[in-house]
Order: sequence, then structure tokens, then C-alpha cells
Amino acid sequence: MISFAMTDEQEAAREAVRGFAADAMRPVARAYDEASAIPDAFFARAWELGLTATQIPEAHGGYGAARSPVTNAIVLEELAHGDAALALAAVTPTLFAYAVADHGTDAQRAAYLPALCGERFQAASLAVNEPAPGFNPLAPRTTASRNGKGFVLSGTKCFVPLADRASRFLVVARHGDRLDAFIVPREAPGLGIAEPEKNLGLKALSTNTLTFDGVRVPEDDRLGGSRGADIARLLNHCRVGVAAVLNGVARAVLDYCVPYAKERVAFGEAIARKQSIAFRLAEMHIEIESMRWMVWKAASELELGADATRSAHLARSYAAEKALWIADNGVQVLGGHGFIREHPVEMWYRNARTLGVLEGIVSV
Amino acid sequence: MIDLNPSRNDQRVLDAVREEALVARRYARYYDENEHEFPPDELPEAKDRPAFMSHLTGRSEHDAGMAVLTTLIAMGQTWGDYSVRMRRNDRGLGNAALQAAGTDEQKRRWGDLVLAMAITEPGCGSDPSLVRTTATRDGDHWVLNGEKIFVTTGCRAEGVVVWATIDRDAGRAGIKSFLVLKGTPGFVVAHKEKKLGIRADDTAAYVFQDCRIPRDHLLGGNEEIPKESSGGFRGVMKTFNMTRPLVAAIGLGMAEAALDFTRDALREAGVDITYGGTLHGQSAAAERFIRLEALFEAARLATLRAAWLGDQGQSNNMEASIAKAKAGAAVREITQGCIEILGPMAVSREHLLEKWFRDVRITDIYEGTGEIQRLIIARTLLGYSRNELR
Repeated sequence: MISFAMTDEQEAAREAVRGFAADAMRPVARAYDEASAIPDAFFARAWELGLTATQIPEAHGGYGAARSPVTNAIVLEELAHGDAALALAAVTPTLFAYAVADHGTDAQRAAYLPALCGERFQAASLAVNEPAPGFNPLAPRTTASRNGKGFVLSGTKCFVPLADRASRFLVVARHGDRLDAFIVPREAPGLGIAEPEKNLGLKALSTNTLTFDGVRVPEDDRLGGSRGADIARLLNHCRVGVAAVLNGVARAVLDYCVPYAKERVAFGEAIARKQSIAFRLAEMHIEIESMRWMVWKAASELELGADATRSAHLARSYAAEKALWIADNGVQVLGGHGFIREHPVEMWYRNARTLGVLEGIVSV
Repeated sequence: MIDLNPSRNDQRVLDAVREEALVARRYARYYDENEHEFPPDELPEAKDRPAFMSHLTGRSEHDAGMAVLTTLIAMGQTWGDYSVRMRRNDRGLGNAALQAAGTDEQKRRWGDLVLAMAITEPGCGSDPSLVRTTATRDGDHWVLNGEKIFVTTGCRAEGVVVWATIDRDAGRAGIKSFLVLKGTPGFVVAHKEKKLGIRADDTAAYVFQDCRIPRDHLLGGNEEIPKESSGGFRGVMKTFNMTRPLVAAIGLGMAEAALDFTRDALREAGVDITYGGTLHGQSAAAERFIRLEALFEAARLATLRAAWLGDQGQSNNMEASIAKAKAGAAVREITQGCIEILGPMAVSREHLLEKWFRDVRITDIYEGTGEIQRLIIARTLLGYSRNELR
């Protein structure tokens, strides 16, 4: 049924995180970006929102709310409106937790979920991206080969969020002609965690390159056990997630540009009163709205258990293209000020460019 | 609950629309090449088919509201052809104006007629304050004088809603809508335009010369001139909140047809289109195609959003403009892009793609150009009045 109506719970969730984004994220975003680090206090405060525990079953220590990709997409847009890097940091544990909750065996759920639903912040992460041109998440170069009853992982992963704090990783690898994901603790022999990466955008979010040099994984730690897991579906959740984050970044840009353009005077009137600026702002608004409905459509298909591959792909590629266009034009609306780090727009421009090429960085 | 796919009941209706659209499509080329002929009110194939309304039974609260359903049906129909339909149960833009601005009595009297809408004049398009056609009171009559152009369905319509000013000095506030029936002395259909596309739908030019109509043919019946600031003109413009998403949908149906044709042709040529990968897993043609598909989805959902707000009884002034602006630009880019993807075969009149390319071009022009839509969106976004942002 075609309906754009949010549930009462979704409205409430949106309000709650909107306040957090405005009070606890936006004011510190620039400082953390400059420092390329997020203090522990932020993680502790974000943890109180229960972002990870909410949709984990009570039996595994969570709050037992229904898994809802739509709600998560709504929440991610709001968090990213505060700051994309902090948003990703706050929800990185869900990358691991949702994958295990959705695809794991009962034993895997029981073993790994309670720790991510405790009172104190706990990190676990997902390793999808690889540092070679031609990267395709459906055809990774990282491989898993049979070794007796278990597997051996070889390859390199990059842009693994919060790898400096994560206790374990879910690693996507090619296994023959199929895709699988493997649970690897950070102490695993053969796993190398390199120095923090230095990136164009999302600078506050720590990311690392991981090298797998013959890392042994027991059969029980293949996601989904002997059945394996539908990794394409897992990646679809991630694509919708990143599209929702891009949606939030794009909205942040427009919300900043509107008052600026109404205040900035040139040739005797506010620049917003000139069609070349006003139409650009209108165009930004059109695209922010349109991309949101694409995110919602893909998320609702995921929620209903349908194959959302096409919708998720379209939502992500559209959001990536348009959010970058919006951030790019945001810089232009501010002119020279758009280039200066006193304003956040140059940061959003870097963030939009960065987010648009990442896979498996955030999930719904 | 958020769900942006049609219900099973909705899909049943859309399947029936698709079947009829396939029949209409067989006639599409003929009426494009024979612009002087009107398609019949009912195609021969329609005789043995169930009446379309029979598909609309058994609907529940789990199905789409009427505005959303109408939008989807319009898309489905123009997927077949812009103006050839199996049955002509459609109404003109004038009917929407009558519904928005007429009194109950007027709706009863004229609601069953096909009504065109005459706004544009040789010297006035997007800026209605320049309307020169006058209506002058003379006892129990109005006397109309002036010229109107670009009247959609103007030849086939049984009546027309005409914008005329009752006081030229009052600007937009002096503009009123009048209903004029065909056959009224002094009302002449001057000629039929020859167009780039949508040729099976006639476009007329009218002349009114001392055309006398009864006093009660003023839509809404209010003869007073509202103060410019009171928003009296806004009532007239409200018509467009209902029709703009529909116009968007009409263009999108043809863009979807172009995408479907292109996808089939690519597949036949052995070009795989796969989702879920990155640029590297795809040919340039497939990548380009997917971008056009995404653009289509964006415009389609923006249009459904505007219609859905209408169904909820919520204000959709800005969203109607978003739908029209987004779809107007998208259908141009989609049909242009599909031709580029397929190359020389695409410009042959053997296929309908070149026709869709011509047909959709009007979407960004009529019922408010893309520029006018952006003006409306920008004013709302910036909180500016008409005078603050021109």
C-alpha cells in the first residue's frame, strides 16, 4: 500500500535523535574533525540512546523492538544532519549487531549480541571495503579458503570504522563462487591492524586498514554457520544506510545555506532574492525530498522481506550523486566562505564525496 | 506505516490499465502521423472488455487513496500513449477548475461536460497579471473580448473555462474564471496548432468577439475584486495543486515507456544490467541506463508524495510544484538519454522512442514551466512573498 505515513514510534524516534544531533553532535563536529578523533565521552553519551540495543531481541539482551530498516533510515538522516562522522561512529556497532541478529545462528546470536547491548559502549565492526581500484562489493579480492573444518582468510580491507576500538570484526570475503562473512576477533593471529587511515572526509571517525595473512576462522564463526548468509542482502541494508546518511548531510547543507543567503547582501539585496541563488536552493530542496522517498522505498522493501537490490542500488547511487551536487553547490552559495574552515560547508563537501564511494560503512 | 509499493488491489487495477495501454499503443503512431484526425472516443477493441470502473470495486483502507490511484493510472495510460486511450472517459483541465472554483450548482450543471481551460494569450504565458481578455458586465450578461492560445483539448471540448479580467487596473486580482459553452455566438475556434509532440491531443486557439454569456457563468459567483494582498488569486491557482502531480504523472508514463523499450533493446543486444555492484561491474551503457532509472524513481516518488498529501487532506502546494519541476526535467533527460544509449536505431520512426522524446517535452512547459515551479518552491523555502522574489 502506498503510504508515506510514519508510525508514532518513528515520529518519536526522530524527535529524540533530532535533539541529540543538534545538542551533542553539531556543536562538536568541527572540533572532532580537526582533531581526527572522537573522545570516549561522546561514545558514552551516544550509547545512552540505545541505538544498538533497541532492535536486538530481549533474549539476547536488547530492548526487543521489531527490526525496522525504515525507522533506522529516519534516525540516520537525523543523526547525519548533526554530523555524518559522529553518526557513523555512534552506529558502527549496529553493523556487526544487525548482521548477526539478521543472519547469525542461534549460537552466534547468544555468543555475540549480549556484549553489544550492555550498559557500557562496546564496539564491533564490519570489513567490506578494499583499497584497489575496481572494487566491487559483490566480488571482493579477500578470499576464504577451506582448511579442514574451518577457513583461512587472506586479503586486505580498508575503511573499517572504529577498528581501533572494535573487539571483533565481521569480514566479507569471496569463498569459491559465493560470498560469506566471517567473525574474527581482533587478537586473531595473522590479523594486522594498521595505523589509523588519513581520509578526505569523515575525519573524526577512526578507520583502519586490516590485513589478513592466513587468518584461521573456525566453521562456527562463518556468519549463518554451515548455511552461510545472504551477504548481498546484508550489503543492501548498508546501501540504504549510507543513502540515509547522505540525505542528512544534504539537508544540513541546505539548512545552512538558506539563512546565509537571506542575510548575505550583494548589489543592494539579499543574494537569496536573486533567481540564480534561489533556484539553486529550490533545486537542492527538490533533490533532498526525492532522495528521501527513494531511501524510504528501499528500506520498506527490506522491512517487508522483499528483494530490495534494485531499490537499494538506485537509492544509494542517486543519493550519492545528488548529495555531492548539493554540497558542491552549498560551497558555491557561500562563495569564499564556503572554502574557509570556519563554516561547516567545506566539511560537508568532503564528507559527501567520501560517503558516496563507501560500502558497508553503516546499516539499517 | 511507510510502504511505497502498490497494494495487491492497486496492482490489479494497474494491470488492467496496462492491458488497455498496450491496445492504445497500437494506434499511437497513426494519430501522431495524422495530426488532423481525432482518435475515436472508443477503440474497437474496447467493446468486448469490461468497463474500466469494474476494476475499482472491492477497495479497502489498505489500498491507495484516489489521488495516488489516479496518478498511477495516468502513468499507466500514458505508458501506452499520451492521448490515444481505449476509452475516452477523461476530462479536461477545465473540469479540475470547475471542481476547485465552481459553486455546487455550477458543478451539477457542467460537471459532465469535457471542459478545456483557456489561460494563455499571445502576449501572456507564465505571468497571468498580463491577461488582456476582458469581461465587461452588461446587465445580466458578461461580454468577453480577447484571444486565447494553447488551449489543450480546445477543439474536442464541449465548453471552456476562460480567464478574463474584469478590471485591468487591478492586476491579478481582477482575473476571474468564466465558463463558455461551445456554440455561444462570438466564440470562435480560430485554428488548431501543429506541434512537436502530443499531436493526437488537439491544441486550439480561440477568439472571443463580443461574446455574451449569462451572468451566472462566472465560476464561484463572486464578482468582487479582492484586495491584492488578500490572496483572492490563490483560489484560482489552487486548481494547479490538483493537476500538477497529474501532469507530472502523464510525462512519467511516457518516460517509463522509453526506459522499458531501452532496457529490452539492451537485453536483446546482450547488455547486462545488474544492481548491487559498482561502476566496475557494468558497461557504460548499463551504467547510464541505471542513472536514468534512478532519476525516474526520484521523480515518480516525488509525484506520489504530492498526490498522497492531497489524499491526506494536507497542504501540498509546494510538493505539487516539486513533482512538476522534478518530473518535467526528468522526462526530458530520460528520453534524451535513452536515445543516446541506443544510438541511430532510436531516431527511426519505426520505433516509438523518438515519439516519446517529442511527446514528453511539453511536461516542463505547460501548467507552469519548470522555472515557475522553482519560483514557487524557492518562495516557500525562503519565506519570501511574490514581491520579494520575482
